[in-house]
Amino acid sequence: MGKLRTEEFQVNMGPQHPSTHGVCRLLLTMDGEKVVDVVPHVGYLHRSIEKICENRTYAMCIPVLDRFEYVTAMSCNYVFALAAEKLAEMEVPERAEYLRVIMLELNRIASHLIFYGTTAMDVGALTPFLYGLRERELIVDLFEMTCGQRLTYNYIRVGGVSRDIPKEFVPKCREAVKIIGEKLSDYEGILNENPIWIARMKGIGLTDPQKAIAWGVSGPVLRAAGVKHDLRKDDPYSIYNKFDFDVAIRWNGDCYDRYLVRLDEIRQSLKIITQALDGLPEGDVRAKVKAKFKPPAGEVYVRIENSRGEMGVHLVSDGSTKPLRVKTRGGSFNQLQYLPEIVRGKGYLIADLVAIFATFDIILPEVDR
Amino acid sequence: MPLVLMSLELIEIFRWAYGLLAELGLPPVWVMLISYGVIGVLMFGVLALLALFLVWWERKVAGHVQQRFGPMRNGWHGWYQTIADAIKLLQKEDVDIIARDKFVFFWAPVLCFVAAFLAYICIPFGKDLIVADLNIGILYIMAVTTFTVIALLMAGWGSNNKYALFGGMRSAAQAISYEVPMVASILTVIIYAGSLSMVDIVQSQNSFFGWFICRMPFGPIAFVTYIIAATAEANRAPFDIPEAEQELVAGFNIEYSGMKFAMFFLAEFINLFTVSAIAVTLFLGGWEGPWLPSWLWFLLKTLGIVFLLMMFRWTYPRLRVDQLMEFAWKFLVPVTFANLILAATMKYLGWYW
Repeated sequence: MGKLRTEEFQVNMGPQHPSTHGVCRLLLTMDGEKVVDVVPHVGYLHRSIEKICENRTYAMCIPVLDRFEYVTAMSCNYVFALAAEKLAEMEVPERAEYLRVIMLELNRIASHLIFYGTTAMDVGALTPFLYGLRERELIVDLFEMTCGQRLTYNYIRVGGVSRDIPKEFVPKCREAVKIIGEKLSDYEGILNENPIWIARMKGIGLTDPQKAIAWGVSGPVLRAAGVKHDLRKDDPYSIYNKFDFDVAIRWNGDCYDRYLVRLDEIRQSLKIITQALDGLPEGDVRAKVKAKFKPPAGEVYVRIENSRGEMGVHLVSDGSTKPLRVKTRGGSFNQLQYLPEIVRGKGYLIADLVAIFATFDIILPEVDR
Repeated sequence: MPLVLMSLELIEIFRWAYGLLAELGLPPVWVMLISYGVIGVLMFGVLALLALFLVWWERKVAGHVQQRFGPMRNGWHGWYQTIADAIKLLQKEDVDIIARDKFVFFWAPVLCFVAAFLAYICIPFGKDLIVADLNIGILYIMAVTTFTVIALLMAGWGSNNKYALFGGMRSAAQAISYEVPMVASILTVIIYAGSLSMVDIVQSQNSFFGWFICRMPFGPIAFVTYIIAATAEANRAPFDIPEAEQELVAGFNIEYSGMKFAMFFLAEFINLFTVSAIAVTLFLGGWEGPWLPSWLWFLLKTLGIVFLLMMFRWTYPRLRVDQLMEFAWKFLVPVTFANLILAATMKYLGWYW
């Protein structure tokens, strides 16, 4: 009998696949069940957001950028407004800054709750998805109460926020913070100690801190690898230096740590929101902005800590009402580029790849712009 | 009404119908053929209804575990939702892909469906309520339920799709691996029952403490290992790797649509009921129980096990394919064989009741 010969073959995972979270196509080279190589093909969701922004006034850019990373649309609003304000050297009222921080942190929690649900679902536990979305609903209701929108908010504007919060926002928000804080231990109870969950997550998809930095990876993925890098602390923007919170950090850089870091971050965000609600001052919510907002010519790069890492906008102005160039940066793009490096040649199975992809928390609209 | 129900033993109805046929003056061969035909149609109807009920129930359980309602729109708590779904699937276009292996692709769902029903020939639904009390009952059931694996492998191969092939291969590997601990657990029971006949097995556990799950210390171990292996045999979470949605999209049934898909789907739920029914017969005293009619006891116990398996599905993450194999060969097989040896030794030494 001749020697058994096996050959590698290629599998298209995506563009339509339940666990690529959008329309990402991963071209897998497989050796049986083992993943030999993975090549991400991006661009299926390209909407040329950056180019569209060049033909819009600054105010019109913000709803376009809502679609840039729709899971945390608040931070997309914020980062663009911040860039425009920096160009125009504008002062923002204190109440607006507080509201922005509250909204940003609520949005970060909402994003991490989605992460919790989808990751559990990708690993095969279908129930936590519903639990995660149930608590997210509280936050989405708060957003709806404030700006009428549930996903793409267009709330944070150049010079402040679009409108003040309604009267019942603060008590409702406190209640939501309390509920989420209580439910968080439930979430941990469902999955953290589950032997199957641990077997699926621990030691899978190890990231190397040095290489991750070299690939431009940031956010929870980097923090799970033991790098204490959080722009809210390292390069403080808005009024984050007024609040007392810790940077969630873990050291192993595997899927399990990436999952834990995000749960810890929810806790820290709740802490920030509570402090912000306590210290919320009275006053205006928007600085005086001319109807034709024209920042002086120049260029600026601002960056903030988004739930998926560093989110930045490079804004070039020629002094007209429209930006000359808007270059966006998001965490997911770099993480997706780093994905082949940690999968290639490690002998991971297709199920591990799904877990790694899920814990990187990649969102495709942000990758494809 | 409850009184009537309690005094009602289904077997009496069958006896009455059988007698009626004989009185008509037909030749005995005809009477036999007609009665078997009626039983066949009855079994098919009951099981198809049961599968529809289980689909609905699974959705309700899933809903309540996930703090939602599940189907609510069609009838009381959506009771005819699955019937509507089945009718929808019947009407659907049977998408015929070009690259498939025609023969294998067509016969895979049929084989899967038939194999799921075959086991019911010798499952005792109640006292005297069994189609044929074969003297090799449990062996026969183990043999025919394995046909499902061939069907899934056929589906995986015939679809000519890489995901489907993954699903088919996984299903074959999984079913063959878990067959071993499953049979070893069953052997523990057979040693004490002294028979392979399902009726004899039930009759050998005539009181609550006679149930095999209560026979210390090997009974509970055999029961737990059987339930684990049975979950894997029925391809259910956390062992549902053949159709792992998040990895293989839908696994072996990715290319199937319409009624062919429905056949796989119904067969899956009938298999779920089969493994639960075997668990009840072997470990929980089958139809034995006070006050209520025997078939009702059997049904209640079986649905209890089904509920347990459903709770597994909606609370656990899925195992990885290599972890699944490791669990079978490195943990379940040694445990079940050690348990088997323990039970055999105790039987030999007479340390049992």
